[in-house]
Amino acid sequence: MSFLYKHKKLEKNSILLLICIIGAILVGGIVEIIPLFRQETVIEPVKGVRPYTPLELAGYNIYIREGCYLCHSQQIRPLRDEVARYGHYSLAAESMYDHPFQWGSKRTGPDLARVGGKYSDEWHAAHLKNPRDVVPESIMPSYSFLSRHGARLHDIDKHLRAQQALGVPYTDDMIKNAESDAASQAHAGSDNQTAMEERYGGPLNVRDFDGNPMLVSEMDALIAYLQVLGTMVKFTDYEPASATNTAGETQ
Amino acid sequence: MTDHHNHQEIDEISGVETTGHEWDGLKELNNPAPRWWLWVFYVCVIWSVGYWIIYPAWPTFGGATKGTAGWTQFTKLEREQAEIAARQTQYLGRFHEASLEDIMNDPELYSFATAGGASAFKDNCATCHGTGGAGGKGYPNLNDDEWLWGGRIEDIYQTLLYGIRAPHDDTRISQMPAFGRDGLLTRAQVMTVADYVSGLASASSGNDHPGYTIFQEKCASCHGPEGKGNRDFGAPNLTDAIWLYGESKDVIFRTVYDGRAGVMPYWKGRLDDDTLRQLTIYVHSLGGGEAGESVNDSDFGPTIPDAGQ
Repeated sequence: MSFLYKHKKLEKNSILLLICIIGAILVGGIVEIIPLFRQETVIEPVKGVRPYTPLELAGYNIYIREGCYLCHSQQIRPLRDEVARYGHYSLAAESMYDHPFQWGSKRTGPDLARVGGKYSDEWHAAHLKNPRDVVPESIMPSYSFLSRHGARLHDIDKHLRAQQALGVPYTDDMIKNAESDAASQAHAGSDNQTAMEERYGGPLNVRDFDGNPMLVSEMDALIAYLQVLGTMVKFTDYEPASATNTAGETQ
Repeated sequence: MTDHHNHQEIDEISGVETTGHEWDGLKELNNPAPRWWLWVFYVCVIWSVGYWIIYPAWPTFGGATKGTAGWTQFTKLEREQAEIAARQTQYLGRFHEASLEDIMNDPELYSFATAGGASAFKDNCATCHGTGGAGGKGYPNLNDDEWLWGGRIEDIYQTLLYGIRAPHDDTRISQMPAFGRDGLLTRAQVMTVADYVSGLASASSGNDHPGYTIFQEKCASCHGPEGKGNRDFGAPNLTDAIWLYGESKDVIFRTVYDGRAGVMPYWKGRLDDDTLRQLTIYVHSLGGGEAGESVNDSDFGPTIPDAGQ
């Protein structure tokens, strides 16, 4: 019985109790904090992931502002049913330039981690204006106002700079050209396309996204962001095509 | 509150020792935690030690400990996928080997294909074409026999693989010009030809209609002199009652004025080939599927030389 009464010693000696509490908290803290200092050990490097273009970043900001993450997640877990539905499971590297990340924790709507390229721009525009027009059973609110508001681009370079401070490899060249890059990405056949693709190291979606070439709207920005989600990593580079229903092959 | 360190007081009613603390005459019994609870706790502690050894657990500066079992979520996923694949082999193995023609002629494979296609359709296609494939404004109805690019098995397969106006080198492509916006026709001319087109279905537009000449000059090269359409260009038949964007004169005016360029994404790579062939057969089965021998010969060459019913 005496063994069961040992805790009296702890409870009656405040310094000893304090030391034990600190010890217990330290273990928990170290386990959670060490990986943050050693991110390179948990983020497997993959080819293709690049920082968002300024227009995509503006769309990302709108995604956060409108609280899309409350109903949509952006992480495909390595579970069979999720991979069958959404495609290859998300890699840590795919969200390493998201500050803050948009993994989400609730799926009222579907996961969006690989929504890029899955639907046409017209579909996205129609769906954002009135989701019921294309998905009758949808309960998503209408975001039609996005097509009427110009995207906030005049200070987008500052957003790039802030992301740069957080470790996103934006170059000074990217920051200097941010505003004009953002505007020209929303116009098909822009003269700036080659220079922009050179800056961001790969083919970009350069076109009018919302069907209104007269205005670079918030909808342009949001669709540009949605259309790039999950498309940066080409999974042929990552691992060979598997026999099951995963994204195995790309153009 | 008084403290009796060395004095053991036994509660008269329960016969249990008290802690010796008293609050306004109330005393606390000093019962130990239940034994069964304590033992569960100790077993959990011992269990966790085994867990740390076998599974990935502690983070270190060189990455987390791997565990002796070599378990990862990814290997677990692969195992589960292999399990399902093994279960499907009975059908999928044969399906994988069979040509589209073989599948069409084998009732067992055919029903396997339509069942698999139906479930893939709900996940991937229903968002635009509707749960039952009935389409919507701008998204073709797949239940009817009106096809923009062809309704033979190989046509559908081609469309699924590479899409329409999609960012793929082999995609189907054509351009309905923005006749009004780009100044190819005046506003008045667009209105006239829209009026002509809107009357084609009811045959109320004759050759004496003022829009007739404009139509022959600007539209007939794709839609045909009689407006029956041409699948080589994905140009719809304008003489039937099926309208992709709407049948009102306003909508037709907008179509002629601004042009249309509906996009269907490409699915090669996003879905594996077996799923795509299941989808092809499912869509073909919805009601509008056409036999392999078609008047409309396509130059597109899907990799199945002799597909068809």
